[in-house]
Amino acid sequence: MTSYLLRRLSHAVIVVFLVTIFVFLLLHLLPGGPARAVLGQRATPRSIALFNQQNGLNKPIYIQYMVYLDHLLHGNLGFSYKLNEPVTTVLAQYVPKSILLVGTAYLLALIIAIPLGIFQSIRRNTIADYFFTAGSFIFYSMPAFWLGLLLILYFAVNIHLFPAEAPQGATLGQIISNPAGLVLPVITIALITVALFSRYMRSSMMENLTQDYVRTAKAKGLNSRQILFGHVLRNALIPIITLIGLSLPTIFQGALITESVFNYPGVGFEFISAAIGQDYPVLLGFTLMIGIASVVGSLLADILYAVVDPRVRYGKGTK
Amino acid sequence: MRRISVEPSVAGQNEITIEPGRSTWRMSLEVFLQNRLAVVGLVIVIFMVLFSFVGPLFWHVDAHTHLSRVNLPPSASHPLGCDELGYDELGRLMQGGQTSLEIGLFAALLATVFGVLWGAISGFFGGLLDTLMMRTVDALLAVPPLFLLLFLASIVRINRLELILVVALVAWLAPARLIRAETLSLRTREYVQAVKVMGGGSKRIIFRHIAPNAVGTIAVNATFQVADAILTIAALSFLGLGLPAPATDWGGMLSTGVQYTYVNYWWLIYPPGLAIVLTVVAFNFLGDALRDALEVRLRRR
Repeated sequence: MTSYLLRRLSHAVIVVFLVTIFVFLLLHLLPGGPARAVLGQRATPRSIALFNQQNGLNKPIYIQYMVYLDHLLHGNLGFSYKLNEPVTTVLAQYVPKSILLVGTAYLLALIIAIPLGIFQSIRRNTIADYFFTAGSFIFYSMPAFWLGLLLILYFAVNIHLFPAEAPQGATLGQIISNPAGLVLPVITIALITVALFSRYMRSSMMENLTQDYVRTAKAKGLNSRQILFGHVLRNALIPIITLIGLSLPTIFQGALITESVFNYPGVGFEFISAAIGQDYPVLLGFTLMIGIASVVGSLLADILYAVVDPRVRYGKGTK
Repeated sequence: MRRISVEPSVAGQNEITIEPGRSTWRMSLEVFLQNRLAVVGLVIVIFMVLFSFVGPLFWHVDAHTHLSRVNLPPSASHPLGCDELGYDELGRLMQGGQTSLEIGLFAALLATVFGVLWGAISGFFGGLLDTLMMRTVDALLAVPPLFLLLFLASIVRINRLELILVVALVAWLAPARLIRAETLSLRTREYVQAVKVMGGGSKRIIFRHIAPNAVGTIAVNATFQVADAILTIAALSFLGLGLPAPATDWGGMLSTGVQYTYVNYWWLIYPPGLAIVLTVVAFNFLGDALRDALEVRLRRR
């Protein structure tokens, strides 16, 4: 177990390291480099040279990278000159709101998708199974922005049930105080996620139903309810853990689009305004944080997987 | 006569019979055509291609804006209405389809070629190179593609070629991983070892045994890649960072339509969205069916 953990941890460290190199390179990929990012597209060569000198950007690139790493380790993600705030402050402002939106949607999705997957695997190849499979196929292929628009058209414009815009507010409390506005964005993310998770749950259940231990349990005289919930379900849930961990990048991405459709003041929304306003420190700081969060997510998923499934621990474990 | 049963992803159990003595490819084609969803997917894709590329020969596609017919609802002369600049929505849909399909196909092709090379090299040579190459893939995978795309789109005002490159740039990671795993597993198969024992050279092993077995995986993945690329382009355009006007694509059409959601101009929302979903579902059907057809091991279930 320890060696597995160490190996997995060292992988994660290497990947995080590569992500920082990658983001650092992106910063220098900008036409004019970081100076242009701060001073804007119309900066004169003179002012760029001056800025470079003042900020040590005329030093060799590996020294600059060391300085960049040093800043990162001290929690300095850069400074947004557009918002006149450190990037970390900007992040701290938007991250909790995105977590609220995505967390609620994912919780809802899991509550629906797991029983649905179980149901489909029991009633496999029946009309009901085909119906839900077709449904998940459609929702899985549906762009989040279109689904969001359809929900707005129907629930907000036609029958006036829920507001079309997400709650606005600087603090988390202001957003929670208006739960009706959260309904449509949460449903948008949840529906697409249910489509993904229920397909996995169904195939995971089906795979476990064909295992030898099911036959053994049957031979022991257990009834099908005991087999299903006592044995099969517990094993079938294991891949779902990994799926949740690995889908972190997808979560951020789905949130980005959904937040843009519903004007929800989260990380994705701020990222889009930064992209349109060419606020590069914010873009790169957010990209780095999301990259690291994804690596940590998949690391946690792998560790959890090893905890619940001994086969991973004692197997070769090479990836 | 040999009886072979196939289990397509959705359509349930199908029994088909295949006479002996036919080539693998012929058999794959038959399995593929037996799958009803595959045929549906194929028909939709062909329809979309004809609609977008041949349609403009039969339907007038506006080159200029017509401010006199801004946001007209559907009528006999404009079956799908007009958009906020007075473009005929049906013609616009054809034009947008050209962009979406072209860019989707080429981006998928480029991503597949590059990803396959990367994965094959990584898997074939192994060792430190493999570790380095695969960690790079991991690092790039950690950043959600849309974030990277938004960043790139904010640097350059994108044209058609750049859009293809940029979408391919984030899409090659999945095939790279897949092909590396495939190369690793194929290299150690018994039949490859058997060829070695019989004195077959590495050229023979690669071209006669490894390549034909990997082609299926590559083709299946490429099909899914097209679906993903179309979605990615649509998302990028929807967020206002796609091709500059007057060019458009289905996502871009939606992004202009979104301003009129609240006044219920539904004809600006349904058609482009439906086109995206239909095309993406169709390519997903094709991919699933291809997998069933080319995965020889799955046939005898």
